Amino acid sequence: MIPSLILRTSARSLLVLLLLFSVFELLRGHNDPGGGFIGGLLAAAAFSLYALAYGVDPARAVLRLHPLTVAGAGLLVAAAAGAAALVRGESFLTGLWYPDPLPGIGKVSSVLVFDVGVYLVVLGTTLLIVFTLGGEEE
Amino acid sequence: MGYDPTPMIDPMILAVLLPFAVVPLAPALARALGRWTGWVVAVVPAGIFLSIWRWLPIAPGQVHTTVYSWVPDLGVQLAFLADGLSITFVLLITGIGALVCIYAGGYLGSDPRLGRFYAYLLAFMGAMLGVVLSDNVITLFVFWELTSVTSYLLIGFDHHTENARSSALKALVVTAAGGLALLVGFILMMIAGGQLGLDGAEAGRLSALANVDLRGHGYYPAIFALVLLGCLTKSAQWPFHFWLPAAMAGPTPVSSYLHSATMVKAGIYLLARLHPMLGETWLWNDFVTFFGLITMLLGAIGTVGQKDLKRILAYSTLAVLGTLVMLIGIGTEVAIKTAVVYLFAHALYKASLFMVAGNVDHETGTRDVNVLGGLRRLMPFTAAAGTLAALSKAGAPPMFGFIGKELLYTTQISIENVGAWLILAALVANVALVASALMVSVKPFLGRLQETPKKPHEAPLSMLVGPVLLAGLGLLRGLQPEPFENNVGSAAASAILGDTVTMKLKLWHGVDPSALAVMGLSFLTLAAGYWLFTLIRARVSPIGGAMRRAAEFGPARWYELALAGLYRGAERVTRVIQDGYLRHYLFTILVVALVVAVWPLVQAMPLELGVDTVGWRAHEIVVAFLVLAGAILAAVLRSRLASVAALGAMGAAIVVLFMLFSAPDLAMTQMVVETLTVILLVLVFYHLPPVVRRSGAASRSRDLLVAIGFGALMSVLVLAVAAVHPAKDVSEYFLAESYPSAHGQNVVNVILVDFRAMDTLGEIAVLAVAGLGVFALVRLRARREEEGS
Repeated sequence: MIPSLILRTSARSLLVLLLLFSVFELLRGHNDPGGGFIGGLLAAAAFSLYALAYGVDPARAVLRLHPLTVAGAGLLVAAAAGAAALVRGESFLTGLWYPDPLPGIGKVSSVLVFDVGVYLVVLGTTLLIVFTLGGEEE
Repeated sequence: MGYDPTPMIDPMILAVLLPFAVVPLAPALARALGRWTGWVVAVVPAGIFLSIWRWLPIAPGQVHTTVYSWVPDLGVQLAFLADGLSITFVLLITGIGALVCIYAGGYLGSDPRLGRFYAYLLAFMGAMLGVVLSDNVITLFVFWELTSVTSYLLIGFDHHTENARSSALKALVVTAAGGLALLVGFILMMIAGGQLGLDGAEAGRLSALANVDLRGHGYYPAIFALVLLGCLTKSAQWPFHFWLPAAMAGPTPVSSYLHSATMVKAGIYLLARLHPMLGETWLWNDFVTFFGLITMLLGAIGTVGQKDLKRILAYSTLAVLGTLVMLIGIGTEVAIKTAVVYLFAHALYKASLFMVAGNVDHETGTRDVNVLGGLRRLMPFTAAAGTLAALSKAGAPPMFGFIGKELLYTTQISIENVGAWLILAALVANVALVASALMVSVKPFLGRLQETPKKPHEAPLSMLVGPVLLAGLGLLRGLQPEPFENNVGSAAASAILGDTVTMKLKLWHGVDPSALAVMGLSFLTLAAGYWLFTLIRARVSPIGGAMRRAAEFGPARWYELALAGLYRGAERVTRVIQDGYLRHYLFTILVVALVVAVWPLVQAMPLELGVDTVGWRAHEIVVAFLVLAGAILAAVLRSRLASVAALGAMGAAIVVLFMLFSAPDLAMTQMVVETLTVILLVLVFYHLPPVVRRSGAASRSRDLLVAIGFGALMSVLVLAVAAVHPAKDVSEYFLAESYPSAHGQNVVNVILVDFRAMDTLGEIAVLAVAGLGVFALVRLRARREEEGS
C-alpha cells in the first residue's frame, strides 16, 4: 500500500517485538496492567502494521491461519476453560489453579487459559475485519 | 453382589436426556452401520420404553416425581412427573418411536442423509418426552417449542423441494405462534397461582398449580383463551388445521410418527393435563367442544375426495384429533374414558396405516388410490397389517377401535339437550372414517392388479415389523382390553379427571336398551361407511376438485394472505427506516436517545452535578484543550485522512487523561484501539472518492444542533453520575476479594476473566459474530460485483 522502505524494514522487527510484547501483556495481566483483551489488540495491531507495510496477502501468509479460525479457536478455548470446572463438579467458569508457579509464565490456571481464549478471539476478529476491509481476496 | 433394584439414573431424566445425547452420534452411527442403523438407533426409544414399563401397573392417582437441580445458584430446577397420563404418552412415543426408527431404515434405505434424519428424529423424540414429563410450565414450554422446531426440520427433510420448505414453514409458524400464546398463558397461570418470583421447586410447578383455584381467578378467561390457542394450533384444530395435511410433504416415517402418537397429540396432552385445573367451566365446555366438533366434521368430510393415500390419512387424523378435543371439552367421566381409549387406539392404527401407505408408495411408486389395486398377493403382510389397522380405524369388532367408537356413542347419548346433534355429528364423522379406512386398506389390495410406476413386491422386514406389530396390538387389545385398563387406562383417565375412576372396557355390553342403541349405531356406521365407499371410489377426482375449490376460501388461504401481507409490510417498513444512509441512522439514534433521556432529566430537576472545581491543574487544561481541538478539527476538515488524523489525536489525548487519573488498563486499551481505528479508517477511506459537500446549509445546521444537543446531554449525564455516590460495597468487595479468592492483583482483569467471566464469554462471542458479519457483508458485496461485471 505505502511503499516506504523505512516502514518495511521496521515492520519486520516490530512484528516480532509487538507479538512478544502482546504475549507478555497477556501473561502479566492477572497482577499488573494487561490481559487477554489488550494483548489481542496489540497482536492485531502488529499484524495490521505489517499489512500496511507489505499488503494484506503477505500479512495473511505470516498469520498462516485464517482469522476466522483464530477467532473460532479462541471461543472454543475460552468455553473449554470454563467447562474444565464442570469436570471437578464446580460451576461453569470457576477458576482452577495449579498450585506451583511455572518458570517464565507464573501461576497457571484455567483463568489464564480463558484469557488466552479472549486473546485469540480479539486477535482473530480484529484481523478478520482489517484484512477484509484491506480489500484483497485471499 | 446382589441385584440392586434402584436404578442409577431416574428413568424420567434418562428419557428426556438420552435421545438428545445420541443426536450428535447419529451421523457417525449411520456412516458406520449403513442399513442397520435403524435397528441400532431403535435401542434408544426401546430402552426408555422398558425403563418406564417397569412402573406398570400404575394405579389411579399414583405419581412418580423427580426434581433435578439444574442451576442451583439461580434456583432453577427441572421437575418431572409421571402419572397415568404421562406414562401412556411416554409408552406411545417410545414404543411407536422404536418401530418408526426401524421402519425409516428400510424406507430411506441407502439415502446419504440417513444420519441427519435420525438426529432430527431423536431430537424430536426427546422434546416430545420432555413435554409429557415436565412438571414445570417453563420447561414444558421450552420442550413444546422444541417439538415445533424439530418437526420443522423433519417435515422439511426434503428441503430441495419448494413444497417441503413451505409446508415445514407453515407448521412452524402456526405451532410456534401458538406456543407463544401458551407461554403468556402459563405466566398468567403462575401469577394467578402466586408462583411468580418463587424460586426452586415451587415456581411454575403444574402439580402445585393444581391446588390453586384458577377458575375463580380474574385472569381465568385470558388464561383459558391463551392456553386454548396453544393447544388448538399444536393439535391442528380448526381454523389452524391446514398445516397438518400440508405436513404430508415430510417423508412417510415422519408422518407416521408425528401424526399418530406425537406432535399433534401434544395439544391433546396439554388439554388433558390442564383439564382438572381449567376444565368444567362453561367456557371450557362450550369452546373446546365447539372447536373439536368443527375439526371432527371438517376432517371427516375432507377424507372424502382425496386420492393420495397420505392425504386421506391426514384428514382422518384431523377428524380423530377433533373428536379427542371434543371429548375433553365435554369432560364427563365417560367422555374422558372414551378419549383415553380413542387416543390409544388411534395411535396404534394410524401409525400402522401410515407405514402401510409408505410401503405401498415405496414398492409401487405411487400413492394415488385411483391407480392402486390387487396388491394383496404381492404384498401379503402389508395387506394384512393394513386390513387389521383399517378395521380398527373403522371401528369394526373385535378391534380396539370398536371399543373406542362404542364409547363415543355412549358418551353422546349420555349428554342431555344437545346429545342428538352430537350423535348426528359423530355419526357423520365415523361414516366418513369407515369409508376412508376402506379407501386406504381395501382399494389398493383388493380387485384387479393395476399398472404402477414400479413393479411391486413385498416390503423388506424392517418395513413390516412396525405396521404388523401395531395392527396386531390393536386386535389383541380389542379382544383383551383388561391389561390396558389396569396398567395405564384407569390411571390416565383419573389424571385427566383429577379424580379416581376405574375403567371397564368390553366388546359386548349385554342387552340393556342404551347398549343396544349404541350397538345399533355402530353397525349403522359400518353399513353407511361401506355404502359411502362404493359411492366415492369411482368419483374421487371430481369430488376432490370441488373440495379444493371450496378450500380456496378457507383458513389456509387466510394464512397465505397474512404471510404475504407480513412480508410486504416488512419490506415497506425496512425501506423507510433502513434507507442505507448511515447519517440517517445516526440522526435517528441520536434524536431518539435525546428525547428518551432528556425527559427523565427534566423531571429530576434540579440536578445535582458533581462538578469538582478545586483541582484544576495546568496540564489537565492542556489535555482537555487537545481533546476539544481534535474533535472540532475532525468535524470541519475537508480531507478525510486529515479528519482521521484529528480523531486519532483526540484519542491520544484521552489516553493521557486516563493515565493522569491512574487507569493504566484503560489507557493501554484506548491507545491500541485508537491505533487500530485509525488503521481501519485509512483502509476504508483509501477506497472512497474525495469528499464532495452535498448537504445544504439547512441540513448542516440541523445536524449541528443535534450534535450539540447530544454532546450537552452526555456532559450533563456524566456530571450527574459523578454526583451520585454509588453503593461502595460492590467495588470494595471486588478489591477485597481479588487476591484472596481469585489470586490476582489487577482487579480490572480479575473482574473480566473471573468474577464476571460469563459476561466476557458473551462479549467475545458477540465480538466474533460481529467480525463474521463484517466479513460476510464485504465478501457478499465483492461477489455481487464480480457477478455483475
